[in-house]
Amino acid sequence: MNSTEFKQTRQGYVDALIELALVDPDVVVLDSDVAKATKTCDFEALFPDRFFNCGVQEQNMMCVAAGLALEGFIPFATTFGVFASCRAGDQVRNAIAYPKLNVKIGATHCGISTGGDGASHQANEDIAIMRSFPNMTVLVPGDYEESRLATKAAARFTGPVYLRFGRDKYPVVPEIHDGFAIGKAKLLHEGEDVTIVTTGIMASEGLKAAGILAERGYSARVLHMPTVKPIDTEALLAAARGTRGIVTAEEHSIIGGLGEAVAGFVAEQHPTMVRRVGVRDTFGESGQAQELLDRYGLRAANIVAEALSVLQEY
Amino acid sequence: MQIVVRDQTDLALLKEKAREVRRRILTMVHRANSGHVGGSLSSVEILVALYYRLMRHDPRRPAWPERDRFILSKGHCTPVIYAVLADCGYFPMSDLRTFRRPGSHLQGHPYAPKTPGIEVSTGTLGLGLSTAAGMALGAKLRKQSHRYYVLCGDGEIQEGQIWEAAMFANKYHLDNLIAFVDRNYLQTDGHSEEIMPLDPLLPKWEAFGWRTCEIDGHDFAEIIEAVETAKGAPGKPTLIVARTVKGKGVSFMENVVGWHGTPPTREEYERAMKELEE
Ligand SMILES: Cc1ncc(C[n+]2csc(CCOP(=O)(O)OP(=O)(O)O)c2C)c(N)n1
Ligand SMILES: [Mg+2]
Repeated sequence: MNSTEFKQTRQGYVDALIELALVDPDVVVLDSDVAKATKTCDFEALFPDRFFNCGVQEQNMMCVAAGLALEGFIPFATTFGVFASCRAGDQVRNAIAYPKLNVKIGATHCGISTGGDGASHQANEDIAIMRSFPNMTVLVPGDYEESRLATKAAARFTGPVYLRFGRDKYPVVPEIHDGFAIGKAKLLHEGEDVTIVTTGIMASEGLKAAGILAERGYSARVLHMPTVKPIDTEALLAAARGTRGIVTAEEHSIIGGLGEAVAGFVAEQHPTMVRRVGVRDTFGESGQAQELLDRYGLRAANIVAEALSVLQEY
Repeated sequence: MQIVVRDQTDLALLKEKAREVRRRILTMVHRANSGHVGGSLSSVEILVALYYRLMRHDPRRPAWPERDRFILSKGHCTPVIYAVLADCGYFPMSDLRTFRRPGSHLQGHPYAPKTPGIEVSTGTLGLGLSTAAGMALGAKLRKQSHRYYVLCGDGEIQEGQIWEAAMFANKYHLDNLIAFVDRNYLQTDGHSEEIMPLDPLLPKWEAFGWRTCEIDGHDFAEIIEAVETAKGAPGKPTLIVARTVKGKGVSFMENVVGWHGTPPTREEYERAMKELEE
């Protein structure tokens, strides 16, 4: 993959919100005093009457969004991933997921690549938390364009959706730009030896890993899963049947995220060796996004190493 | 079904409703052997005044867009709202027998998708006022004129999120929002001023930008007057501190901490029902 263009996923979110608001008067946006960081300030500039800054009140914001959904609006409640999932976890669970309200949660600054703010701001557990709530759909797009598409798909979908974005600029991955559908994996690369399952920004690393494996004589399938819940079981079953093992890759804890979703499914349906690339049950630290991705083992090289160990153990 | 209060006889009708509702609360909790009697009994007059006199609603059309909405933020007090909703005709009275049973639409805490007449799902304290504020904001955006009535517990308002909602309602001038605090001075573990002091309440809410008043929460005339005044007060949300007695109407339950979430035994139930005979 030679892509050199880098763009923000959170910008894809906000650009989509603006497109949506132009055609749908029910789309409204809430933020909790991080609008300059989440980029919803761009929305506010164009639609000041449809933007509600709740101040530093993530818990209140989630319930206000629930109230707006009850009145027929499509609210996008926006904050950092740590606050959406941990500070306001009760509100998301009880006021949004349980009554299945049509609230969209836009979470930015997710994953280790949040960078300099350090562990307090790096949401590495949010997928696990959101996935565990019944009725919740969890979308983890991989680049700017896929973030745009995921946001628009979330607006068209009826029910609670958690949308996960990062802070940094991430590689543009043209392979993931076609046909976004909630619940559907994207087959980015065919292969028979091993399957690499990616979510979020790990799509680009997964493709790179497939290239490296090809040089070593292995053919790797790359399945990108921008929907972590509901997981695409058909694509996973085909991978479990059609290749010798699976390596998952996510910018999230190995606990409760994509890796466990995949492992849980194949363990029940078609037992297959699964190895997880992710943050290994540790808090992060301050640093540049790119160096943290290296340091916490979220690179093509890590995927390759796990793939080789799967192939050798087989 | 609305009871128009012109004189003492009409007030007597409301009082009679309140007595019936209290009996149903006790029967429901006794039958389920589970549920919250104390806080249900303390808010009977508030709900009866709202549903039979003050709110615009139609049990035959629970989704009527112009209806006023009631939000039970202190969600543990389902017995009182279920008794009132059943009596209004939102669902059959016989459903009350299924309270807290598997398969029933009458969950221990309110669940709006299942129960006709329940507007908001609550249960973890401190959420309902925020949700109501979001709804009230939505109604303002749509230029609708109906109102939102919220009932909070006094223990409940120890939650920080209540004060987030208070700020929010002030910022957006939600004068279509009228909240009651059921000020019975008791919560699960004891007296509120010992567990976590709340007084003085009125200056706190006023400082947060709300109109306030304090009333006897068992006096229909005072409840009605407080709400009518709130309806005519533009620009600000209203907070009504309703002084009440937890366990009201059953002598041995009144002001007793233990009658928060404990169901009455057969003997206690029979004694209580006797006290609530005409
Ligand atoms: C967030 C949360 N914490 C704790 C509880 C458990 N709980 C249920 S009722 C209650 C006390 C409520 O007291 P109050 O609000 O005064 O209610 P009332 O006296 O009217 O029954 C508590 C702590 C809960 N439901 N939600
Ligand atoms: Mg109390």
